Amino acid sequence: MIKKRQLPFSLAINEALDLMMAKDKRVFVIGQGVKSPWYVGNTTRGLLKKYGEQRIIDTPVSENAITGCGVGAAIAGMRPVIVHPRVDFLMYGLDPIINQAANWNYMFGGDAPVSVVFWLIVNRGGEQGAQHSQALHALFSHIPGLKVVMPSNPYDAKGLLISAIEDNNPVVYIDDRWLYNTSCFVPEGIYRVPIGKAVVRKKGKDITIAALSCMVKEALIAADSLRKEGISAEIIDLRSAKPLDRETIFTSVKKTGRLIVVDNGWLTCGLSAEVSALVSEKLFKYLKSAVQRIALPDLPAPASRTLEKAYYPGATLIVKNVKQMLRKGK
Amino acid sequence: MVKGTSKQKLVQLYRQMLRIRFCEESFIDPILQSIIKCPVHLCTGQEAVAVGVCSALEKNDYIFGNHRSHGHYLAKGGDLNKMVAEVYCRVSGCAKGRGGSMHLRDVSVGMLGSAPIVAGTISLALGAALAVKIKREKKVVVSFFGDGAAGEGVLYEALNFAALKKLPIIFACENNLYSTHMSIKECRVSKNIFEIAKPFSIKTWQVDGNNIFKIVEKAKNAVSLCRRGEGPVFLEFLTYRLHGHVGPDDNIQGTHTDIRPLEEINRWLKKDPVLLLKNYLLNKNVVSKSKLRFLETGVDREIKKAHKLALASSFPKKSELNKYLYD
Repeated sequence: MIKKRQLPFSLAINEALDLMMAKDKRVFVIGQGVKSPWYVGNTTRGLLKKYGEQRIIDTPVSENAITGCGVGAAIAGMRPVIVHPRVDFLMYGLDPIINQAANWNYMFGGDAPVSVVFWLIVNRGGEQGAQHSQALHALFSHIPGLKVVMPSNPYDAKGLLISAIEDNNPVVYIDDRWLYNTSCFVPEGIYRVPIGKAVVRKKGKDITIAALSCMVKEALIAADSLRKEGISAEIIDLRSAKPLDRETIFTSVKKTGRLIVVDNGWLTCGLSAEVSALVSEKLFKYLKSAVQRIALPDLPAPASRTLEKAYYPGATLIVKNVKQMLRKGK
Repeated sequence: MVKGTSKQKLVQLYRQMLRIRFCEESFIDPILQSIIKCPVHLCTGQEAVAVGVCSALEKNDYIFGNHRSHGHYLAKGGDLNKMVAEVYCRVSGCAKGRGGSMHLRDVSVGMLGSAPIVAGTISLALGAALAVKIKREKKVVVSFFGDGAAGEGVLYEALNFAALKKLPIIFACENNLYSTHMSIKECRVSKNIFEIAKPFSIKTWQVDGNNIFKIVEKAKNAVSLCRRGEGPVFLEFLTYRLHGHVGPDDNIQGTHTDIRPLEEINRWLKKDPVLLLKNYLLNKNVVSKSKLRFLETGVDREIKKAHKLALASSFPKKSELNKYLYD
């Protein structure tokens, strides 16, 4: 038997960038630290040597201008990937994303595509505190005109990045540093993971757990532990926060009648609220129990490890909530 | 006669300035009658900057504008009928009624877009210049912005990055002395905006923005520097808008407020760039009075026709609200 090739998350991204830059001259990477593994791990390994400083552009700390620069290059026909190695620092650069890129095609009545990828890395944990760890996909998902994708594994990391680069619209690609050391089968060559399409990671019949990004792993651990207690959980990896794949969510919830949404962002006005509202609106008659949300508490990320443990939800909390919901349902 | 500028070219410049002037003035009645409802920022008084700068550009060079960009769009060769229709928010507009006066675009002539977030399009122009450099094209990009943008941090970031990468971009600052309601004296210590480019080792000039000859001269300089890979260049144009920040008068607060001193307005009226050029053409016998009248009639007719076409065009259908969100 041929052993399938395993690749870590960071190298899956690296491969996607490499393949797309080789295929399409319009693709370039711009952002802080793209030359430095300290910033972006191995994601840009070897690219500078292969494609040169014209297309692997390390920049001074000027988030607003650099983000806008990428957007402007896209308006002029390029397909840039703008990287922000820590989402938090991008806050200076929201104008080009929200005011310009997201609105551009609509406000000019079409024929004004902005094919740009905003690649944002979340750096949670490690006692990094409140300004190195924010997951802001809900903020971007709120904005018409943007698409938001969040891979949970190396296969999707590569496939979603390729789809994002090929998309004619601005795509916010958010990945989590917690996933960078995970490995899985990653095919060679170009393949695509469709934007706006969720996937069932594990089939089940008692309850649906919808998660994304690093929370998918926690949900799968929880499902394993629940199985030992005779509870069959279906795990959906949302993959895209926007557009949401309603069909996959609805099909599952119609079957199980129960839904817990596990988000790695904050609770209030978060993605979990959106999924919950959607299911409550459309599938009320199928629900055996109120939809539940597991998300970050409405607090800044603390530094200290003891507080971090209390702050980040994980498999244990998912298991506890599932059991509670099922007990109530009886 | 101005060196290197033919009679024909001078008349052409005048025609373009007059066309912008007539066009701007033609919006006043429909605005006052609320037929045009979207915010309209008239560039009357600033025509020379748009025309002078764009006269130094080729068709496939790029420009980006701001909230006050009717002049930039027309000077770059943007379709007049489509612009007028857009101001009326009709489907035949250049943004199919989705943008209004502040969102003008005509890619066929390199006008890549205007948007009203102060300094918001500067970084976009920076990116277009980067694209030009990556693609090894010979194009030049002009970013038009006002004095108000000099208060925004992104301008300084963009100056630094453009200088660092030697990008073919002209930062064209139209200093009309007012950031909406606020006099420049209340916005900054030094009134010489062009000096902000100096610490970035960017070539920079302050230009009389009502003198078409000086504008053309400096713009040509700037464009050839950029074309030779010796960009970026910063140009500050001292000018004055003859109407208020938005709409035909200074009345931006809802109640009557004469923000700018009458004496100041009168002083600038004497420096009206369209009038200055007209007088020059007549005094130097570049063109006869009757020829000018003929030219004026032609421009007037063209603009009236644009209004007629716009009014005959329909508003976007409600059923098409969702159209154009994604490409």
